[in-house]
Amino acid sequence: MTPDLQSHPRLAPGCRLGDNNQQRVLLMPERALRLNGPSLEIVERCDGKHTVQQIITDLQQLYSKAEPKKVESDILDYLTRLHDQRALDFDA
Amino acid sequence: MTSASTNPLALIAELTHRCPLHCVYCSNPLELQNRANELTTETWSLVFKQAAELGVLQADLTGGEPLARTDILELVRGARDAGLYVNLITSGMPLDEARLAKLIDAGLDHLQLSFQGATQKIAAEISGTKSHPQKLLVVEWLKRVRVALTLNFVIHRNNIDQIDEMLALAESSSATRVEFANVQYYGWAFANRERLLPTRAQLDQSIETLKSAQERLRGKIRVEYVIPDYYAKYPKPCMGGWGRKLMLITPTGEALPCHAAQIIPRLHFENVKDRSLREIWDTSAAFQKFRGQDWMQEPCKTCDRREQDFGGCRCQALLLAGDASATDPVCSLAPTRSKVDAILATVNSAAPAERDLQPLTQQDWLYRPNPA
Repeated sequence: MTPDLQSHPRLAPGCRLGDNNQQRVLLMPERALRLNGPSLEIVERCDGKHTVQQIITDLQQLYSKAEPKKVESDILDYLTRLHDQRALDFDA
Repeated sequence: MTSASTNPLALIAELTHRCPLHCVYCSNPLELQNRANELTTETWSLVFKQAAELGVLQADLTGGEPLARTDILELVRGARDAGLYVNLITSGMPLDEARLAKLIDAGLDHLQLSFQGATQKIAAEISGTKSHPQKLLVVEWLKRVRVALTLNFVIHRNNIDQIDEMLALAESSSATRVEFANVQYYGWAFANRERLLPTRAQLDQSIETLKSAQERLRGKIRVEYVIPDYYAKYPKPCMGGWGRKLMLITPTGEALPCHAAQIIPRLHFENVKDRSLREIWDTSAAFQKFRGQDWMQEPCKTCDRREQDFGGCRCQALLLAGDASATDPVCSLAPTRSKVDAILATVNSAAPAERDLQPLTQQDWLYRPNPA
């Protein structure tokens, strides 16, 4: 599924940010994902307040040298992956 | 001497061996410890701090039944305050809705609720208790709180044909993850293995069902499964490799590289009451014994897969080949694979009708007791 641009991604129950040896990680049942650069910027905005569109706009500004369409498709792919791992819900 | 090149990522904290259930495949050792010998709240809290400093991310609070500890709220809080992600691996007893709310308030991140089957009948036979109705209540309470939930179904011959019903139960719950863990054959399960191992036909059917469930439930529930390694072509990378990713602390404070390691003769285990987790991880003889590749025999020693499966499971090598440093006998390349094949031949030879007609009586099982 492709996330709805107006939905509000929010970390699922039991999924939260943590630290390990100065490395930010996304903690979830039975696994942990390292977060660096863009992935950290995205996950920090999955707070139920930002819409998918706002996250895309923010990241396009932060990474202004990158092709905006590419930034958008990378974010949608990443959010879908997190959703499939059940780390993310899309609130209306 | 092989030094640790990695930090442990998870700490398995066996808080107690006490448990109201008597499951015939329990992963606890045959020799169970009493309450009087258990580590105190303070020692566990110190262990959690040391674990976080060592780089551990997750604490698996387990047992026995971790809820049998009257200080479980303090233990959850201690692990969370130390900076760990807190998993509680539980049968759901003894628990009520108020205690569940307090656990979450104390910092519980993830509750893993174990099931012995999809129906009371099979669950009662396997656990020797009437616990299934309580588990269904816990599932209802969990719908009203915010915590990650995994339903864990322990799979064997007598419930492997109920996977559709188990999936339905998971779909009706708030679980985001469901785990179908085939019994692994150590300790109590090893003693009961001839009655627990599924047939090849059952296993193939179950894998087909689970693969299609993974597709159907994508984005809703993560469906994960573990097959009985007797049926595998290559061994499992047991614990992600000896002394590489995991550390287990027994109820009395012994630090082990895996659940069953105490069955290996002449291994001395350090106790967290005497030494820090870092010292134990870095320098204890038990953690170094099968770390790296120096201990390996052929065919592991020169095998292309030795960095993938680390020679498999040391305890299984001991149980089946009589030598803890042998290649895991489940490996198709192992010189002792015939021992596994002989067990599978027995399991798969009886005609299905005849096998199913065998009356299931409690006298046929070896149940694990509840220590004082």
